[in-house]
Amino acid sequence: MIVLDCLGQRCPLPVIALAKKIRNVPVGEVIRVLADDPAAPNDIRAWCRMKEQEFVREEGTALDIRKIS
Amino acid sequence: MESTGVPPGAAAYLDAATAAPLHPVARQALLAALDDGWADPDRLYSAGRRAGQLLDAARAAVAEALGARPDEVTFVSSGTAAVHAAVLGGLAGRKRAGRTLVHSAIEHSAVLHAAARHVADGPGDAVEVGVDLRGRLDLDAWRTAVHRPGVALASLISASHEVGTVQPVAAAAQVCAEAGVPLYVDAAQSVGHLLVPPGWSLLSASAHKWGGPPGVGVLVVRKGVRWLSPYPGDDHHRPRPVGALDLPAVVAAAASLRAAMGEAAAEAVRLSALVERIRTVVAATVPDVEVVGDPDDRLPHLVTFSCLYVDGEALLHGLDRAGFAVSSGSSCTASTLRPSHVLEAMGVLSHGNVRVSLHRGTTAEDVDRFLAVLPALVAEIRQEAGM
Repeated sequence: MIVLDCLGQRCPLPVIALAKKIRNVPVGEVIRVLADDPAAPNDIRAWCRMKEQEFVREEGTALDIRKIS
Repeated sequence: MESTGVPPGAAAYLDAATAAPLHPVARQALLAALDDGWADPDRLYSAGRRAGQLLDAARAAVAEALGARPDEVTFVSSGTAAVHAAVLGGLAGRKRAGRTLVHSAIEHSAVLHAAARHVADGPGDAVEVGVDLRGRLDLDAWRTAVHRPGVALASLISASHEVGTVQPVAAAAQVCAEAGVPLYVDAAQSVGHLLVPPGWSLLSASAHKWGGPPGVGVLVVRKGVRWLSPYPGDDHHRPRPVGALDLPAVVAAAASLRAAMGEAAAEAVRLSALVERIRTVVAATVPDVEVVGDPDDRLPHLVTFSCLYVDGEALLHGLDRAGFAVSSGSSCTASTLRPSHVLEAMGVLSHGNVRVSLHRGTTAEDVDRFLAVLPALVAEIRQEAGM
């Protein structure tokens, strides 16, 4: 699994990191974003909705996103 | 030329939802009342009686505008003070019925702070009811929450101050009536723009949202609704201002409310068209943007959108440099680094958020200039972030 360590970063930086990374991964791959900004879970979910990607789970500071398109 | 409180030229003030520029009628009334209404209206000598007459007239005017009786209306020192008195006084008055406050997830932070105080002081709790993606109250969840045993008060904002979505106040009030629970409506963003449906037990508003001066809040408690002052040294069962009232400001607030209501229908048509233009053009000219809030059932003067990959504060500063005053959905809570609780409750993007709110002085040219500078500013911030 690809892990992006965005701990200590404020939004929108974790979302930007995810958007940059996901361009270069194959469909079906899961990216884990580690983020402790309180806005990150909400904003990464919203990003998945807008960009038609799948939000898989939230576990502590880990947010898993699957590329589906 | 008629004063709109906005300097001419390139600058445009587009944050009326925070504070509307002073209505010219408010200015006139304020100046007259400074000469005529400085005495304490509770005193019995002639200057006091004169002040008392001005207060009575202001109360009657505001009552008429809100569909209330004059003796149900109290002026307090701010909209926030009115919110706190409504929530805490409404809960205190119903102590014997229960200790639970039901409120929507998109209330103004003043309601949430009062709720937190209620819970901290104990015993008591607060139950939050969610909204959908457009920011509209989940009525089924509201019904369940309000019908729980021990609910003392239910609180619903008339229309979202952050995204403009008008709330189903009439339906929510019907549910409250069935459950025998008083409904408090925070109508700060609606009063002066839209009529609030009947059915509420308590209502609050804020004069500087409709073009009155700052420092005047309105609290309405319906006859027969139990309310108990939450303030020290005061065992009143009807609200009273804490300390002396700024009577000239109250007179100006009442006069400008009447003027704003007179203009409201025409202004709603004009401003709704400008808001619609912003919604359409922003979506067409800014990539990766989400215009949030209900597209139709909304306040006429307020529109909100979120830009992916953009820091909201950077965008606010960029717009400020270009002469535009707007606010961001996270501005209320920027100090705590929390995302906007309203945008979070809706599940929409909380970063890159801009709220534009218009007023009687806003022109189509102001809006067009804003729409002309926005795309390049967003692009510039994204480019700096490597997007």
